[in-house]
Amino acid sequence: MTALAREAPRLVTRPPLVEVAGVSKRYGAVTALHAVSAVVHAGEVLGIVGESGSGKSTLLRMMNLEDLPDAGTYRLGLPGLPANLFALDRLARRMLCARHIGIVYQNPHHGLLMHHSSSGNVAERLLVAGERRFAVLRDKARGALDASEFPLDRMDAPPAELSGGMQQRVQLAKAIALEPALLLLDEPTTGLDVSVQALVLDTLKRLQRDRRITMVIVSHDLGVIRTMADRVIVMRRGRVVEEGLADQVFQDPQHPYTQQLVHAKL
Amino acid sequence: MTLAALTREWRAFSYGFLDASAKREIRRGLVKAVAIPGYQVPYASREVPIARGWGTGGLQVTLTLLNPRHVVKVIDQGADDSVNAASIRRFLTRVSGAAATWDTLAASLIQSRHRVPEEVLRDDQILVLQVPNPEPLRPVEPNMSIARQMHADADYGRLWLTLYEQIVRSGRVMHGAAYPSMVNGRHVMAPSPIPRWDVPKLHMARHLTILSAGREKRLYAVPPFTRVEPLVFDDVPYRVEDHAGLTCHRSGLKGYFMNEIPQDGGAAFEVSDSHLGIKAIRRRDGEAVVIGETWYRNGEMQR
Repeated sequence: MTALAREAPRLVTRPPLVEVAGVSKRYGAVTALHAVSAVVHAGEVLGIVGESGSGKSTLLRMMNLEDLPDAGTYRLGLPGLPANLFALDRLARRMLCARHIGIVYQNPHHGLLMHHSSSGNVAERLLVAGERRFAVLRDKARGALDASEFPLDRMDAPPAELSGGMQQRVQLAKAIALEPALLLLDEPTTGLDVSVQALVLDTLKRLQRDRRITMVIVSHDLGVIRTMADRVIVMRRGRVVEEGLADQVFQDPQHPYTQQLVHAKL
Repeated sequence: MTLAALTREWRAFSYGFLDASAKREIRRGLVKAVAIPGYQVPYASREVPIARGWGTGGLQVTLTLLNPRHVVKVIDQGADDSVNAASIRRFLTRVSGAAATWDTLAASLIQSRHRVPEEVLRDDQILVLQVPNPEPLRPVEPNMSIARQMHADADYGRLWLTLYEQIVRSGRVMHGAAYPSMVNGRHVMAPSPIPRWDVPKLHMARHLTILSAGREKRLYAVPPFTRVEPLVFDDVPYRVEDHAGLTCHRSGLKGYFMNEIPQDGGAAFEVSDSHLGIKAIRRRDGEAVVIGETWYRNGEMQR
């Protein structure tokens, strides 16, 4: 049992850092999310699992304010923020994301400028937030890349020249450069070979342990979720079918779909 | 065959060549451009009797503003006597009846390609700059719809990133011309391909600057007394070309922007603002020539 799982009864008495309530989204005839609710407490890692098309990445995109739902609310428990982030205008959403939310995409092409330097990719995040001192940009980019265990002698190489694992580390450095309140990870290890996957997961775990970053991680790989998450929600066809502490869900799944997932994997 | 044989007297055309509705549209665009400094206003760029990319944007704005009381100066890379400058000046006077001059001090309307004159412009003068590429975001965002959205959001992070990358790679910002500059603290503009030397001349200037790109169908403006600030990091100062120590081999002028003329085994330098050089030579020869106050003195910007 993880430390957080042991702490869980105390944790749930605190107001959550992230609160998503009643989020629904339709794309044409397809209901991607159906009244989904989820909470994440400060310092916690929430895992979202489900098969392809279950709505987990859509939910993550909503949390990153890249897309807006048809219904629902989103609260981030930080001072000065409104009760529903979905109600903000596009510019305010963009600034809020730049400052408070980091994301690592499954596909590095999505999150990185492949032909700019790796340090530049991290610096861009700081530039958007208004940093205008070159020396500070350089130091912070170096620090974030170092924290992501990226080899600093390659910090000015473009991601296009790096391996998949290195690209994910650049994405991670970019995501944590501003020490965001919330880090979103969308299948961060998919497509990496097993040894690189383990290294990236180790880095994520160390970051979480050292910095107590609140994380939401989406993966279809239950092994990744089991390694990382304190709590898990299981999604199927746009609905949350089961929710609980990670150990509890994996050891004693209640919903038939979760049982099927767990047994198929283990 | 001569130009006169190919063209008719201006009275046979609409006054100032462009028809009234074209001028009306450009005037509306100019009002908007002045109201929102640095914002690129789209307009329906007309055909004019020079090729796209040869100054059609500047020409349309000049034709719209001209009246017979104007005194027009046309410069191309600082020179009044280049083929392009001479052709445009002759065309403008032919279709408007306006007077022409080479002297910056005498001009009321100055159309320029790639330079701002060295003598300080007054509040009764208008500078029209020809612009090939009005979009400073084009190198970082080829999709113009997205680029416009980025302007709307003041989302210039990737533009700053290009400066960061240049310093990382080369130790300095490598933009030689069209240095991206923030206008009035809101919109970043490409100040036409004027050299870095000329960008500070637009900051809080007394004159109105209008920039127009005929091929790209965009115009924008820097009204008088408007902030024009090149994008620079707080700890990496803006640097103009290192011309302060160069001397014009013809006029003897020193401390102005120079053209480099390759010579056997070296290079000679000639002041880029050709008429400033001519005035200096004439004064040296004893003529009573008035040289106006200049933006730079001994290579230092005067503020």
